[in-house]
Amino acid sequence: MQEFVELTLGGISDGMIYAAVGLSLVLIWRGTRVLNYAQGGMAMFTSYIAIVVIDAGGSYWLGFVIALASGLLLGAALERVVVRPTAGKPPLNAVIVTIGLLILIEGAAGIIYGSKNRSFPAAYSIVGAKVGNFALGPGSSPTAIFTAASVLAAAGLLALLFRFTPVGLRMRASAFSATVAQLMGVRVGRMTTLGWALAGLIGALAGMLVTPQTFLYPNSMDSIFVLGFTAAVIGGLDSPIGAIVGGLILGVLLNYVTGYVGSNLPELAGLAILVLVLMFRPSGLFASAATRQV
Amino acid sequence: MTLAKHLGIAILAGLVLLALSSKLDSFRQYQLAQVAATVIAVAGLTVLIGISGQISIGHGAFMFVGGYSTALLVMHLNWPLALVIVASGVVAGVAGAIMGVAAARLRGPYLAGATLMLAVALPAVAFQWQGVFGGDQGLNFTVSTPGFLGANFQLTEWQAWVCCVCALIALVLLANLLRSRVGRNWRALRDNDTAAALAGLNVARLRVSAFIVSAACAGVAGSLLAVTMLNVTPGAFTLALSIQLLTAVVLGGLGSLAGAIWGGIILVLVPPFLTNFAASHGVSAGSASVPIVGYGLVLIVVMLVFPTGIQGGVRRLLGLARPTATGQASAIGRRWQLAWKPAGSNTAVGNAADNSAGSAAAGTQIAASEAATKDGVAEEGTR
Repeated sequence: MQEFVELTLGGISDGMIYAAVGLSLVLIWRGTRVLNYAQGGMAMFTSYIAIVVIDAGGSYWLGFVIALASGLLLGAALERVVVRPTAGKPPLNAVIVTIGLLILIEGAAGIIYGSKNRSFPAAYSIVGAKVGNFALGPGSSPTAIFTAASVLAAAGLLALLFRFTPVGLRMRASAFSATVAQLMGVRVGRMTTLGWALAGLIGALAGMLVTPQTFLYPNSMDSIFVLGFTAAVIGGLDSPIGAIVGGLILGVLLNYVTGYVGSNLPELAGLAILVLVLMFRPSGLFASAATRQV
Repeated sequence: MTLAKHLGIAILAGLVLLALSSKLDSFRQYQLAQVAATVIAVAGLTVLIGISGQISIGHGAFMFVGGYSTALLVMHLNWPLALVIVASGVVAGVAGAIMGVAAARLRGPYLAGATLMLAVALPAVAFQWQGVFGGDQGLNFTVSTPGFLGANFQLTEWQAWVCCVCALIALVLLANLLRSRVGRNWRALRDNDTAAALAGLNVARLRVSAFIVSAACAGVAGSLLAVTMLNVTPGAFTLALSIQLLTAVVLGGLGSLAGAIWGGIILVLVPPFLTNFAASHGVSAGSASVPIVGYGLVLIVVMLVFPTGIQGGVRRLLGLARPTATGQASAIGRRWQLAWKPAGSNTAVGNAADNSAGSAAAGTQIAASEAATKDGVAEEGTR
């Protein structure tokens, strides 16, 4: 029973991180029909920026804010400089360009910061809470609660932005129909850049939250990215709520598999979950009904 | 007739490689073997992506299957090498069939996600069942040169021969397959799956068969790499390998077997060149990362500036079959737009109209694809 509670709470905490990565992918996918394979690499790079600030004597929170801000800038800059020219070309072009970006960012991090593992501070204590004699495990630590709270807060703020602000309305309009939005006077290009910037910010948040567990090295976000992508695909790439639900399902199930079956199996279990979900819902759990020809 | 032509070219290339391989030192022979093995995998993937219009970001997984099959067959059953290589291809083909059946309903990014997860997940098998697969250390085995070549014959030269012969056989088979009914059906599927289904083609079966052919090629490539290195480790079949295969397909030229040869050469020869270049220019601290940066830059620049890849550039230089070259690329483009566009949304069109350069590019693409329709008989037949 105790193990079950520990695994569930730990799974929710991990799942929140997958959800954040998934959410950043969904943000970009909805706006531009591009899958950003460089998302994990960008988050890794912003975490390096944070650790440089922290090592130079800044506080953790200064590093945190600078990481998020640089994620915002990095997302906007990459969209404007290298991704924009692929608009209107075959989608494979954007796939290759973002994969190229991933390789470039990881190589650059290797040159600038070296490829040694670095430890990374967590926001708060990572010691789990106890109810009487009943230990709840690291999934109930202040850091884990902060992880869940900050991802949910970010998702909530995004929902408010999209629903209740003029900018959000313009972004939704551009994603729904770029041509019509443009005819109505929306600067669709700017909305795309803004979408990438927000995705960069959410990605940087995910990087700050997960790096204390994984250490920091140029490939440190690779597996997190793959699982976040899986979460977004399970949820349906068009749905932000789907990304969060997909992340939670994946996080909890993978924790059960590592806890009860074998510690080498999370990736295989992830593959099994993904294939099973896609067998019955080929466009993810939360996909809106779509017609398909064949 | 085409068979005779393809065979003739292959035999000629084989003779040139035979003459070449004895002149090379053993490191170059090793590299030649690696290039030949990689070309097979890239050619298989270009059939899947460029001809049948599906994507796989996880083809390293099928190389993993082929490589470990080879190691296990040599170690435990001691089969002759030719049989081992064929069997490895068959095993990988079966794995491809399973993946293909699961993937036949998936499109665009969902297929990409499933294959990506496959590439990440499969190497974990080696850690979970360490007794069979040897865990992190992998499996070591030996092959020997056949007796009739004499005792002093270099093992690396023999390995280069084996790889080159397999690559030539694979390329001839693939080239004939692409010119056959199956190849035409795949192209029809890629260009418009609704039209293909209406014309009576079994779309699901064609998708799965493309996956099988492509996975079998990757399996043979994995087997040959294992034979070249005489060991298999999970570290040799990472996600990075899968991504490199995908990029080699695109750099070489999507949908062309000649492009696959370029892609294989780049994949094997360019990284060590860049490392040496970096080391000789005094970048020592992160010299391991320099080829990675160069590789990423090349990918981005090629994709933005020369989207038809090296083979597209070669064709343009030679002035050969220009409409076919651009037409094929744009036909692939249309297929991809169909697959990635959601029903009832016109995001792709809107983005193209977003800036004038984009819409101009889209315009030329449409013009080129119309030209292709006029001259491609196969495409005409499916409309």
